[in-house]
Amino acid sequence: MNRELTKKLAQRLRNRELKRPLRIMEVCGTHTVQFFKTGVKNLFPDGLELIDGPGCPVCVTENSYLDLAIETAGKYNAIVTTFGDMIKVPSSYSSLAREKARGMDIRIVYSPMDALNIAENNPGRETIFLSVGFETTAPAEAVTILEAMKRNLKNFSVLSGNKVTPPAVRALLEAGETKIDGFILPGHVSSIIGRAPWEFISEEFRLPGVISGFNSMDLVTGVITLLDLIEQGETETVNGYREAVREEGNRSAIGIIEKVYDRSDALWRGLGRIPMSGLEIKDTYSAFDTEKKLPAQAPPAVEHGGCRCGDLLRGLIIPPQCPLFGKTCTPENAVGPCMVSSEGPCSAYYRYGGGI
Amino acid sequence: MKEILAGHGSGGRLMNDMIEGTIRNILGPRSIQLDDSAVIESVTGKIAFTTDSYTVTPLFFPGGDIGSLAVNGTVNDLAVMGAEPKYLSCSLIIEEGFTFTELERVLLSMKKAADHAGVSIVTGDTKVVPKGGADRIFINTSGIGIFRGPLLRGEIKPGDRIISSGTLGDHGITVMSMRNGLEFSSDVRSDCAPLNRMIKAVAEKYPHAVKFMRDATRGGAASVLNEIVKDRNFSALVYEEKVPVKDEVAGICSLLGLDPLYVANEGKVILICDESYAEGIVSAMRTFEEGSSAEIIGTVEDKNPGKVYLETFIGGRRILPLLTEEQLPRIC
Repeated sequence: MNRELTKKLAQRLRNRELKRPLRIMEVCGTHTVQFFKTGVKNLFPDGLELIDGPGCPVCVTENSYLDLAIETAGKYNAIVTTFGDMIKVPSSYSSLAREKARGMDIRIVYSPMDALNIAENNPGRETIFLSVGFETTAPAEAVTILEAMKRNLKNFSVLSGNKVTPPAVRALLEAGETKIDGFILPGHVSSIIGRAPWEFISEEFRLPGVISGFNSMDLVTGVITLLDLIEQGETETVNGYREAVREEGNRSAIGIIEKVYDRSDALWRGLGRIPMSGLEIKDTYSAFDTEKKLPAQAPPAVEHGGCRCGDLLRGLIIPPQCPLFGKTCTPENAVGPCMVSSEGPCSAYYRYGGGI
Repeated sequence: MKEILAGHGSGGRLMNDMIEGTIRNILGPRSIQLDDSAVIESVTGKIAFTTDSYTVTPLFFPGGDIGSLAVNGTVNDLAVMGAEPKYLSCSLIIEEGFTFTELERVLLSMKKAADHAGVSIVTGDTKVVPKGGADRIFINTSGIGIFRGPLLRGEIKPGDRIISSGTLGDHGITVMSMRNGLEFSSDVRSDCAPLNRMIKAVAEKYPHAVKFMRDATRGGAASVLNEIVKDRNFSALVYEEKVPVKDEVAGICSLLGLDPLYVANEGKVILICDESYAEGIVSAMRTFEEGSSAEIIGTVEDKNPGKVYLETFIGGRRILPLLTEEQLPRIC
């Protein structure tokens, strides 16, 4: 990163005079955090608003997913393996952290392969891996299922909460509830799927978007490019992260996702059921699909009273507009997932945003 | 290789052999007295008294080891108050199976560090716990320091300057690199050092300038600053561009997703003083090797009291929050 050039461009962004107030949306949890951490958000010119989209996988996961995980693990006395960011997320009636304290065998892993090894080392018990993520993590999880098959593991399965992001952006635009002038599109997801899957934003909704990387330079140039496009009335989908993103994406990663998963409808917090937005394990691998292998029925899901994570993920509000924000809902004692996840908008506002 | 056995903690002959043959032999005849307490010549005026336990893993790392850490850490806790560190205790909790070779290496390092800092180890204790009861060796040291000058505390006000005595993150990144198999970065080494001489020189030259000083160990500089502003009527602003960080440390931090402002140091202080003394204090620090990269890194402000802010290199501001959890466990 060229620091001097970045500083100059940052000044240019800060001093820019907008022709009219603009609202841009970022659709990636890492962007949510990086806009704060780099200070770029603080340099936005008057009238430019950044709204947070459905870009944090933990945040968009419905309570019903965790309810089912807890119910299944209890029913089959299974070992639950998960990435650390799910541990404190409240479910309808509990959380993994609370279940752990009550004796449920819940283990944090850093890769789905670790979960596989846990299963191998505990042959007498079922091991469930909680797979919550977007296109970025799905390939590794698909590889794990293939590996489980190769090793002929009988006690390993995956509860798939995996999702793909473009349908969620489409659902948001189709709902038309919030005014959006353009998008900062996710860098990591696009490195898997490529630029092309975002073109519907330009072609069908006549809006511009810029795929951006994550450092100060990437974010500053991404926002400047997007503002230029908006103000010139252009509706292109620009690849602003060429070092990582190719037009057609990463074919081998896409191939492995398609080998293991089918597209299915999926539930998103705030956005409801979105057609073809989920990744469901193919029938060929149903021996590794927790839902098919270990059937269970969780009690009906309930929302947390007053929590506005759903409205936030639809771009209707920003975190400080939620009445619980920073009062009854803090990272140490969160009501909704957007305050728990390190990539959640509420957590980012709470940690980095106050009083500036 | 000779190993420490349960019997070495039994109070019998094995234990006496270890105390005589190894510990007192290395730390000196006064280090573990035969009677129940050490007796110290009377001291007049105020004293500072502190204690700390050390559990770092790995035990040995570039720039130091658990032994030097246990001495320097306690020396620095006394020195940052303005006291002159004088006496230390040394309590060893050893896991059965720890080798004598390693124990000797740790003790030699403690002795060297104590001599270097000018403190005496005057009392101690040894316990051996069964395999699994501790991770190889834990050390506790307590320390007594004597005030010959003022307590280094004063009323912090907006406009005061924030100084770092040098590059941040060296210790934590050294330990973390070893744990993650990144030792190839041979330039990274812990900053583990006694700071009492440098602090004494600053305090003597500017007797009433220092309003606060703390060694930025666990949680790093950002955590120290958060402790300072908590519930107070001022805030702290840190300039990212002024924060001294070695290139290698910055590189590993970005690789591991860490922020050097939150990474532990074992030979750095964060100091707050009146603006008029700041340049002088930095110059005085820089005459010492341990303060050679000292910088003014920030300012005390009055807006948004109780918070710490970072001005990033592009000029944007954000909060430097207090971390909910330690980002690197078992670092000291």
